[in-house]
Amino acid sequence: MAEPAAAPAPAAIATRGLNLWYGDFQALFDVNLHVKQGIITSLIGPSGCGKSTLLRSCNRINERLGYVRTTGSIEILGQDIYAPEVELVQVRKQVGMVFQRPNPLPLSIRDNVSFGHRLHARGRRVSRSRKEELVEDALRKVLLWDSVKDRLDTLATELSLEAQQKLCIARLLPVKPAVLLMDEPCSALDPKGTEAVEELIWELRGEFTILIVTHNMAQARRASEETVFMLIGKVIEHGLTEDIFLNPQHRQTADYIEGRYG
Amino acid sequence: MTGTAAPLFAGTSLNARDRKVEWLVRALLGLMTALLILPVVIIMALLVVEGGPVISWEFLTSPPVDGMTAGGILPALVGTVWLVVVALIASVPVGVAAAVYLSEYAPDNWLTRAINLAIINLAGVPSIVHALFGVGAFVLFFRFGTSILAASLTLAVMTLPVVIVSTRESLQAVPRAFREACWNMGATRWQTIRRIVLPNALSGILTGIILEVSRTSGETAPIMFTGAAFFLPFLPQGVLDQTMAMSLHLFVITTQVPDAPEALPFGVALVLISMVLAMNALSIAFRMYVRGRKKW
Repeated sequence: MAEPAAAPAPAAIATRGLNLWYGDFQALFDVNLHVKQGIITSLIGPSGCGKSTLLRSCNRINERLGYVRTTGSIEILGQDIYAPEVELVQVRKQVGMVFQRPNPLPLSIRDNVSFGHRLHARGRRVSRSRKEELVEDALRKVLLWDSVKDRLDTLATELSLEAQQKLCIARLLPVKPAVLLMDEPCSALDPKGTEAVEELIWELRGEFTILIVTHNMAQARRASEETVFMLIGKVIEHGLTEDIFLNPQHRQTADYIEGRYG
Repeated sequence: MTGTAAPLFAGTSLNARDRKVEWLVRALLGLMTALLILPVVIIMALLVVEGGPVISWEFLTSPPVDGMTAGGILPALVGTVWLVVVALIASVPVGVAAAVYLSEYAPDNWLTRAINLAIINLAGVPSIVHALFGVGAFVLFFRFGTSILAASLTLAVMTLPVVIVSTRESLQAVPRAFREACWNMGATRWQTIRRIVLPNALSGILTGIILEVSRTSGETAPIMFTGAAFFLPFLPQGVLDQTMAMSLHLFVITTQVPDAPEALPFGVALVLISMVLAMNALSIAFRMYVRGRKKW
């Protein structure tokens, strides 16, 4: 694994000895992962290898299922998110998530973008122009502003899937997250949409730490800087994307990226 | 090339038999459906033909006179509205709150399942049993006496399961993805429910309330001992008054007033049914309006 030399900044995401069970089924085994800040890391592996589970542990959204048990620790920006004093809402603000199927809320485009901000601006009066500015900034950042600026009041669910997915990224931005988790964000999109969203994700690099689960190895290869390969709940290999694809250290990684299974 | 061999796609005798069975099944199912609709049509037709002539503005706006053999039905009409409205005020907040808890907060364990089972069973309790419960609990124990309050609370208890079940189902029909989207922006459960889940479940919740209104306004047994009066030619002034009610009035003039004109019960029944239909129509219109704004 590629560990940083002197660990100057804390890792964006660091897990130590992470085990996770759904009821009696163990989905993650002793996962030790170190995701660097400000880069795009992709998480690849065959179906059921635990990559989505790992991703969903990073903002504790898994817990809503009720029958999930975790041991070990997950630190986000150096802070243990399973510590008792942690406020779940604050974790979720720092760690945003984009889902496989675009899930805009059944509200207008404008309200979708300002939803998160409105939740957290409680009581404090926010001027109308400030709100407009927030919406515009967020939509500009996801390259959506020009196509929707004249119909901000139409229902978000009427947009194309590609635009919906961009909107789902945009609505996280006013909450000012540090980490974006993406669970196969392009798998519901056509090739053109995929390209556009990938481009957008690449644009956001540097400003956010992005951890992206993907089934599509070509996508991991062209759109991420580091790659993590997982198999049956374990992290097999983690390194620079080009190293993983050109020069994998493990037999299983090599077999997977050559398409022998998965 | 024709006529030499059996064409490739010709039917066999088996196909012919299958087709006959198909026809028979379709006819049978259609007949059953017709049988189902027939009584409704006959009842409505009978009511309109027999009861129609009785109905006039005066019939709706004056109290019964001459030992309930003549005059109108105003006290019963107003009484039923009171009973339904008070029952709604009591049951809707409780029912919706319980449904929100069961659907959004309760952990999936044996206790929750037991509660759900109990609610379904409660819906199957005969209304006369609810009536006796109402007498014991509201009339005697809480000392509301025989009053609109006691009768409405009895009706509320009786219709609670309907409200809870339909509300819970419409809450669960709201896609999980919406909830996850909210949680991921740091929304609490309550913020998620208030801003996204409830507004999107509204049309389903209204359906439950429509059902409740229909059932409440027609029930006789639960109000008989708890608040409805045999004959009371005045309008109720508050919830602690007794009142007449359409359903009980219908029962009374049919069975207890031997010299009432034959058309009178039909007229009362027609008004009662029209009232329920009107309320339903109103709710359905509102529901369609709500649903029209929702698209997913």
